Amino acid sequence: MNDTARKVLAPTLFIVAILAFWEWAVWYNELPDFRMASPSDLIPRYIQFWDLFLIKSWETLWRTVVGLALAVVVGTLFGMIMGFSRFAREGLYPILVGFNAIPKATVVPIVALMFVGQHDFNTVLIAFMISFFPIAVSVSIGLSTLEPEYRDILRSLGASQATIFWKIALPKTLPEFFGALKVAVTLAFIGTNLMEIVSPHGRGLGDLFDSGRISADYPLMFAVLFALAALGILLFYVVVFLERIFAGWAERSPV
Amino acid sequence: MQTDPSHYMIELREVTHAYKTKAGPLPVLDNLSLKVPENSFCAVVGPSGCGKSTLTRLVSGLMKPNEGQVWLHNTLVTSPRPTVGMAFQNPVLLEWRTILQNVLLPLEIVKSPMSKAQATERAHHLLDLVGLTGFAEKRPSELSGGMRQRASLCRSIIHKPDVLILDEPFGALDAFTREDLWCTMHDLREQEPFTCMLITHDLRESVFLADQVVVMSGRPAHAQYVLDVDIPGKRTLDDLYAPRSVEMLATLRHQIQVAQGRTAEGDDAPSPPPPPKPARSKPIPGAMQ
Repeated sequence: MNDTARKVLAPTLFIVAILAFWEWAVWYNELPDFRMASPSDLIPRYIQFWDLFLIKSWETLWRTVVGLALAVVVGTLFGMIMGFSRFAREGLYPILVGFNAIPKATVVPIVALMFVGQHDFNTVLIAFMISFFPIAVSVSIGLSTLEPEYRDILRSLGASQATIFWKIALPKTLPEFFGALKVAVTLAFIGTNLMEIVSPHGRGLGDLFDSGRISADYPLMFAVLFALAALGILLFYVVVFLERIFAGWAERSPV
Repeated sequence: MQTDPSHYMIELREVTHAYKTKAGPLPVLDNLSLKVPENSFCAVVGPSGCGKSTLTRLVSGLMKPNEGQVWLHNTLVTSPRPTVGMAFQNPVLLEWRTILQNVLLPLEIVKSPMSKAQATERAHHLLDLVGLTGFAEKRPSELSGGMRQRASLCRSIIHKPDVLILDEPFGALDAFTREDLWCTMHDLREQEPFTCMLITHDLRESVFLADQVVVMSGRPAHAQYVLDVDIPGKRTLDDLYAPRSVEMLATLRHQIQVAQGRTAEGDDAPSPPPPPKPARSKPIPGAMQ
């Protein structure tokens, strides 16, 4: 079997098998749909609410992406400060760890009160807060563990700190950065949904989930879960795609 | 303090240096003086931890000595200079660049009269010379350790430096690759002469490559002994097994033992056989008590 065929066939086969088992398990145990909806219950919901699914998915998607972009900018900035200055690292690290340890579900109501009515802003803020920590840490570690010889080959020629950063430190940190971005993208997604569900404001897939709950439409809730999974997969593979372009050199080809 | 310009390519005048540590200053170099004429090859050997790498960082201008002066070609060294090339034990190739792009890296920093096309041609020429023909477009991860070190050597001389500083570049290689690279070094110098300072632990390497071998004493180090290597003509590996070379190696071995403090110079104890006295080697006056 060639590589491409396997890459398409393997996941398809596994998904079909799991769906089939699920369908069978619900039917065999005669579970009512409020205990467990079957895949065949979901299809009518997608057909019925397809326009809502598209609108709500878009709302969730763009707010996640904006939050993540903010996390990339601020996280990289913090990472650079901590990576280059030991003083800043030792000062900032405990604060960042403490900030990261606060469960964001408890921050949601506070943010919702702080910026009342600014729903998009609040959602982006939570997505940002939950996802910037891994980026800051990985960039700072990448920069602070740069072997001195790497600096010396350019420094011995009289290169400036900025040149060393652009030509060596930055590209050398990219693999770590993308590793962190893969974690961060999922976290940002969780952050968006947290805001949408803990502080419902009529936007995003979280809102659709909530209306399913309120109107006792249990298959709809399951349908939202699947839509979320699909979005999550999409975002993750966008990051993988970017990683191939910018840090593909770090991936060793199988010999 | 002397300030008259140096007539040597590399000259260290009474250099003393100490590192700051938690336990107080750690003296590394003590009154080290050293002279390397233009286009000659100087090897520095000494016990481990005696400050050999500190020496390379001082000569390249990456550090300033606490006391004393470092001169490169009539100029007092106060900061890094583009006329210096460096290679380390770790080849530090940038993995995201091809071998050719790695070799060309110094020219992105140093202003050079070479055009881009000339530089690329020179890079290919150097890669041919070290036996890396056809590897220009490969990534470092596709090369073996010895090949990376060859590429690193090309990078260190692409910008035609006056002075090449080598900090144990062959140390991590297997014996055959190492001997191969020694011959490559001779080929390179035959093509375009440059002054070279090599830090090494390998006495055979120092004798095979260098015109003069400096033995450093234990820390804090000074130049304990200077050996002039007198192998005439183009050197081959066979020269290393000639009686004259064996004699020089024995002298160096003995000097290293003195530096390690295992034998006292002039000790009449019978156990270590007295080293043969080479005719043209000269101890540094005042180097030993």
